Amino acid sequence: MRFLLAPEQRAFADSLDAMLTAADTPSVVRAWGRGAPMSGRALWSRIAEAGVFALAVPEAYEGMGPRPVELAVAFVELGRHAVPGPLVETVAAATLLTELAARDDTGPAKRLLPALASGASTATLALPPTPVPYALDADVADVRLAVSPAPEVPADPADAPAPAHATGATGAPQSATAAELRLAPPPGPPRPSLDPARRLSPLASGGELLATGPHVTAAAARALTTARLVTAAQALGVGLALLDRTVAYVKQRTQFGVPIGSFQAVKHQLADAELALEFARPLVLGAAVTMTGRDVAAAKVTACEAAYATARTALQLHGAIGYTAEYDLSLWLTRARALRTAWGSPDTCRAAVLSATAARP
Amino acid sequence: MDLPPMDLDFTPDEEAFRAGARAWLSTHVPSAPLPSLETEEGFAAHRAWEAELAADRWSVVNWPAAYGGRDSGIVRWLIFEEEYYAAGAPGRVGQNGVSLLAPTLFEHGTEEQRARVLPPMATGEVVWAQAWSEPEAGSDLASLRSRAVRTDGGWLLSGQKTWSSRAAFADRAFGLFRSDPDVPKPHQGLTYVMFDLRAPGVTVRPIPRLDGKPAFAELFLDEVFVPDQDVIGEPGQGWRVAMATAGNERGLTLRSPGRFLAAADRLFALWRAQGSPAGARDRVADALIGARAHQLFTYAAASRHLDGASLGPESSLNKVFWSEYDIALTETALDLLGDEGESMDTEWAERYVFALAGPIYAGTNEIQRDIIAERLLGLPKGRR
Repeated sequence: MRFLLAPEQRAFADSLDAMLTAADTPSVVRAWGRGAPMSGRALWSRIAEAGVFALAVPEAYEGMGPRPVELAVAFVELGRHAVPGPLVETVAAATLLTELAARDDTGPAKRLLPALASGASTATLALPPTPVPYALDADVADVRLAVSPAPEVPADPADAPAPAHATGATGAPQSATAAELRLAPPPGPPRPSLDPARRLSPLASGGELLATGPHVTAAAARALTTARLVTAAQALGVGLALLDRTVAYVKQRTQFGVPIGSFQAVKHQLADAELALEFARPLVLGAAVTMTGRDVAAAKVTACEAAYATARTALQLHGAIGYTAEYDLSLWLTRARALRTAWGSPDTCRAAVLSATAARP
Repeated sequence: MDLPPMDLDFTPDEEAFRAGARAWLSTHVPSAPLPSLETEEGFAAHRAWEAELAADRWSVVNWPAAYGGRDSGIVRWLIFEEEYYAAGAPGRVGQNGVSLLAPTLFEHGTEEQRARVLPPMATGEVVWAQAWSEPEAGSDLASLRSRAVRTDGGWLLSGQKTWSSRAAFADRAFGLFRSDPDVPKPHQGLTYVMFDLRAPGVTVRPIPRLDGKPAFAELFLDEVFVPDQDVIGEPGQGWRVAMATAGNERGLTLRSPGRFLAAADRLFALWRAQGSPAGARDRVADALIGARAHQLFTYAAASRHLDGASLGPESSLNKVFWSEYDIALTETALDLLGDEGESMDTEWAERYVFALAGPIYAGTNEIQRDIIAERLLGLPKGRR
């Protein structure tokens, strides 16, 4: 047992942090939300060059994954800088294609994965009607994937052993209707999100059929697990950024002649935020190590609730300035709210923890 | 990028250790729960259990073999704790000595002190109480006024200590006394002393806690003689010596993840036995998740410790977490019991009463939040 990031992993996080700090992500986020994705696409390329998307893609398809721990490390940094775009969805799509290939259906992987690894393509993914009815940023994504019907959420094949290549075993519950993976046609106008940088599109039915059968259900369940993990990591990064910004603010904001950060009522709210985030962190990294549905669901609900609670504290301690769209804090505040329900609400994740606990030997 | 993996697996040797602990516990853990350790009868029963553990070297696995341990290291200690509480084994009557005094002796004691004090602590022959708080010195512990006055070959202790856990039935106690009243700062001039609760001049007045059991006591000291050999560290350096203890108490060793993993599993079983009521669903899930979070947080701390890092103020995070977690878990259990929830006859009632004290002892959670805010987040000091 050694539950500690290696120096190389910490250096990877630090280099991403430095790159994203220099990238002035707040202006990128705002442009993305206005429907001007140029700067976001440029940033996407740099994130890809750093190897982030390749972490979700096997070497056979020009990646260097799957590496869930490094993915989690990277997504903490992406969240810390509120990077916009279908980041989770691209990694989830890559996982879906990888898992299809692991079940002897290599066509879609050969066709799509190398461009996802290199950053040449962005992807989005929906599992309609639940648990993921909308595809994030489908209006700008190059690859729009839809799986229907989606895997049943509580019966989580991610807890089953990985499929053997030779047998093509699915590890998935048999569904009455064979699941289909399709390349969805261009979407209609996106629905606005509470987070102005997120653009939600229902995917139209139809489109090219890429794969069908029970292995699609199994692969989609794996994609869902990966999406939950990196959403949790992203939320953790969002929460850490909110805490950092708020700590800095209460040190310099003075009232009654002293920094408001010297008041116990302020300190204890921030101590609680730190507590929530620092207990979410090992759940996120532990889930990346085990990749069980139980650990991933636990990480998702805990990291997202910690980030959201930190957002509430950040807003309260900033006062009215934090309530304005103009102030950059808003980018993280609204992101924390959106991630909380994306890829599995708190209720859904708690249900997954309970059903996995009941199924334990 | 070829990175060494993080790893939550245990080695074959560690798994063998786990199997050995599990096998021993399966044949030794009492089939019926012992009486409450906060009663005279229960205290004696728990003391006998410590002797049974010690006879096969299971009472203090992480101590050196010379004092009754197995030199297990921290990872095996964590494994032992998981097995211990999963087996439903009794609470540990020697916890104060083992978790608070022993680490202080390992860090600041003499070899003579360790050889004399630790073996009977390991067997439960000598059970230790703590003597920190005073009527006018609680969270502001450094304002304590009990005195240690120099005399031939030792010190004379006088004053009053209170909220002394286990002191109603324990044998000896350890705490801080003011040996030099003429120092400019309250943290100076304190001396860390071990003393006999049955020595001439000591009066122990048990204090009934909420459920009426004498879980702690007031200590009245009137010129109680303590030989020099029972001072730990240098006279006047007691604060520094004691803070090593406080760091341990809040850090890894006072509440192991095994306790909460086992408690969460029992809560889950209770929830299912009651028909999985929807109203408690979220809280049961959060108990399971919190136990896993505490386990992984502790594994991370243990890994940092093995890497040579010392436990810092992040132990305050741990203390707030487990003390609030324990209350939430036991409250949920009582709620699930419905009409039985107020009965003292369930396994949960005493656990709940015990949990209620968690946010108060070992440094109140308000003090811990101050530490988190000031030392981890760097916020300015202000009026408490």
